[in-house]
Amino acid sequence: MKKLSKVYLGLVLMFLYVPIFVLIVFSFNTTKSRSVMSGFTFDWYIKLFKNEIIISSLVNTIIVAVIASIAATILGTAAAIGINNMKKFSKTIVLNITNFPIINPEIVTGVSLMLLFVFFAARMNLEFGFVTLLIAHITFDVPYVILNVMPKFKQMDPFLYEAAQDLGCNPVSAFFKVVLPEIMPGVVSGFLMAFTFSLDDFIISYFTCGSSVQTLPVTIYSMTRRKVSPEINALSTIIFLVVVIVLVIKNMIERKSTAKVKEER
Amino acid sequence: MNNLKNKLAAAPYLVWMVVFILVPLLMVAYFAFTDGNGHFTLDYVSDVAQYAPIFIRSIWLALIATVICLVIAYPLAYILTGLKSGTRSTMLMIVMLPMWMNFLLRTYAWMTLLGNNGLINSFLGFFGIGPFKMLNTEGAVVLGMVYNYLPFMILPIYSVMVKIDKSVLEAAADLGCNPRKTLLKVVFPLSLPGVFSGITMVFVPAISTFIISRMLGGGGNLLIGDLIEMQFLGNSYNMNLGAAISLVLMVIVLLIMTIMNQFSADEDGVVLM
Amino acid sequence: MNNIVTLKDIVVEFDGERILDKINLDIKDKEFVTLLGPSGCGKTTTLRIIGGFLDPDSGTVMFDGKKINGLPPYKRNVNTVFQRYALFPHLNVYDNIAFGLRVQKLSEKDISKRVAEMLKLVNLTGFEKRSITRLSGGQQQRVAIARALVNHPKVLLLDEPLGALDLKLRKEMQIELKRIQEQLEITFIYVTHDQEEALTMSDTVVVMNGGIIQQVGSPVDIYNEPKNAFVADFIGESNILNGLMIRDRLVEISGRNFECVDGGFGENTPVDVVIRPEDITLVAPEEAQLNGIVESVIFKGVHYEMLIDAYDFRWIVHSTKAAEKGASVGITFTPDDIHIMNKMKSHESVKEGADE
Repeated sequence: MKKLSKVYLGLVLMFLYVPIFVLIVFSFNTTKSRSVMSGFTFDWYIKLFKNEIIISSLVNTIIVAVIASIAATILGTAAAIGINNMKKFSKTIVLNITNFPIINPEIVTGVSLMLLFVFFAARMNLEFGFVTLLIAHITFDVPYVILNVMPKFKQMDPFLYEAAQDLGCNPVSAFFKVVLPEIMPGVVSGFLMAFTFSLDDFIISYFTCGSSVQTLPVTIYSMTRRKVSPEINALSTIIFLVVVIVLVIKNMIERKSTAKVKEER
Repeated sequence: MNNLKNKLAAAPYLVWMVVFILVPLLMVAYFAFTDGNGHFTLDYVSDVAQYAPIFIRSIWLALIATVICLVIAYPLAYILTGLKSGTRSTMLMIVMLPMWMNFLLRTYAWMTLLGNNGLINSFLGFFGIGPFKMLNTEGAVVLGMVYNYLPFMILPIYSVMVKIDKSVLEAAADLGCNPRKTLLKVVFPLSLPGVFSGITMVFVPAISTFIISRMLGGGGNLLIGDLIEMQFLGNSYNMNLGAAISLVLMVIVLLIMTIMNQFSADEDGVVLM
Repeated sequence: MNNIVTLKDIVVEFDGERILDKINLDIKDKEFVTLLGPSGCGKTTTLRIIGGFLDPDSGTVMFDGKKINGLPPYKRNVNTVFQRYALFPHLNVYDNIAFGLRVQKLSEKDISKRVAEMLKLVNLTGFEKRSITRLSGGQQQRVAIARALVNHPKVLLLDEPLGALDLKLRKEMQIELKRIQEQLEITFIYVTHDQEEALTMSDTVVVMNGGIIQQVGSPVDIYNEPKNAFVADFIGESNILNGLMIRDRLVEISGRNFECVDGGFGENTPVDVVIRPEDITLVAPEEAQLNGIVESVIFKGVHYEMLIDAYDFRWIVHSTKAAEKGASVGITFTPDDIHIMNKMKSHESVKEGADE
């Protein structure tokens, strides 16, 4: 039984990782062949870094992700405070609408925003590009921030806010001194989630970016539409490494903090 | 007594929500029910019926992919829950890690593997078998769906299973269940909410994808997503028809979600890593 | 002594339900006052009005002779010890206590002096750097008290502060709180549903039920001279019977006439009669006016609690001597032990006191 489950685990992991490792291996291939290793080279990496489209779309992606996730975090945290104080009825309605971009197929969200922009492009001087892309990203980021912050209000002792006022804080300083530190973990995880989703998003960006501004996923998509180009393999390898490093660091930090909590108990 | 001020904090978002979530959805309905001049028409919505075969194919392929994901994910989640807590979280991270790579790249990886000159056919050719046509088939599309969305099935099932109180399992053993019976009579019913959220989390993106079918299915295996994309950014530019198809897709998805939500784990139950 | 807090005709309604119904209350300076009553009686609401967390729908709140309606909590010279302490989890013991002083922008030197004083007062010297999550319930309680008192409030409000502690710790903290109050010579307004706690610590007890003040008095008065059946039932255990006041100093209970010491109810008036279980003596059946059969005997540590079935009423009797279960016994009490009270109006009917 034990052995069987180990074999099973191994098979699933093989299924998950073999395609990625094949990409990595062939990113060092001297020829464009996808099946025969002819020799070892870094050429594709060099070409990748010289590819201006890729570099500029990478820069775009990072700029959009940073601005969108920061804006979404501020907007979403303020929203969570307000929603938390609403009556049950309006709260349910607002939260249900907020959930829409999460449960709707991404393509529908993308299309709906595109239609909005098309509608206004015809009537106002709106052009597809950086602004529409940013609006779209903020729109699908905010719900994740709200979903991360709301539970923190539920966990928080509601009397903390009163206690701060009892001790002389006016409502604004009571919020910054007591409430914000309490909900901070939710704000941070909401921000990180928004940031990663923004970095990774293809479908919604594809429908809202127009032709002038491209994000990295959009560029990758157009590359896969063309001929075989091992530069993608090189890019995959780098992205995979970045993901591994980030996750390992994240896990180490989490282990440390949980160990610390255990120690304190 | 400070409620009013606090509620005002939500005001900017409420405006945003109306303008960029609600109004766009109304736009979809508006475009679906009007022609190019803004006159009301049912033509586009009724035109959607022509594409019934594509809808049926999308639902069918998404269904197969969901079932395969469930069959693979359930035992895996069960095995993961049985590990020691230290190895368990490491193992979970390893299982989930590919999900963090851009899914275009993951799908591209299968393109290179499945091609006629790809690694698998070369490998088989070494033994004198093949080459088989694997790329640009329905099977390839299903494979791509399973590969991309498997983690979405594993995670919710795992998170529900790992929360099952150990004492409940002990109680089952105490009342005469062997491990197999415990799995069947206790673990399985308790894990059902996770299964249902897993099903929606796989089925919804699978039914609406256009990249997987485009990259692995060639031109011959159009799905709803492709159809929509073609109306907006493709050759058969027709936004009103595109909006009508999107509307129908949305209704189908919301219907399925509503049914599944009756059984699934609540939002807090599923946490992405 | 002056009145430090005065409530005049305070009315509070939530969703059309009256939580406080024209409350009038004077609280004297430097007193330990307890608001006592079952859950939902309005005691916490009263406290929140004094603290400034809630504005009454009508009525006047006076503090030190000045009307303070609408004054926000951060401008009141009142501090609160919250029910579950509401300590700030992101701050350590020292920073929690220093919080209010830092808001007032005192110099760090003064702050450290005053925090040290407080830590000494609540016996927590040496815990400055400790994280809040690593304190026991009793220690958290002490930090909460220190955090409130360090601001030198004229009045300290305490909302069931001992509710989360176990029995032994609760008794210790009761004595401790009384000591602190006497040492600092400030007013404590204390909310609880535990009648024993109220009797132990208070100078004045305010018994509340259904949004109405039932009785105000010293613990001894409240116990010995309950004004109505609710107070009698809520404070200690009681036998409450229907009686008929035949004339002054003569009451009919269970079909028999008894002499008593109360008067002024008029003739042939229905009244409530309260007799405390510890005031009843069990004797041989032939020596007593009322007879019954022992239904149950429970050992309570100091005394036995017995239920005596006397045909039309079941008596609770406390005695250091146990009777035999099933035995026939007689019940006697002296005229002094009979407390006569007016019948309560129907809407003030006795509610079961439940834990909040």
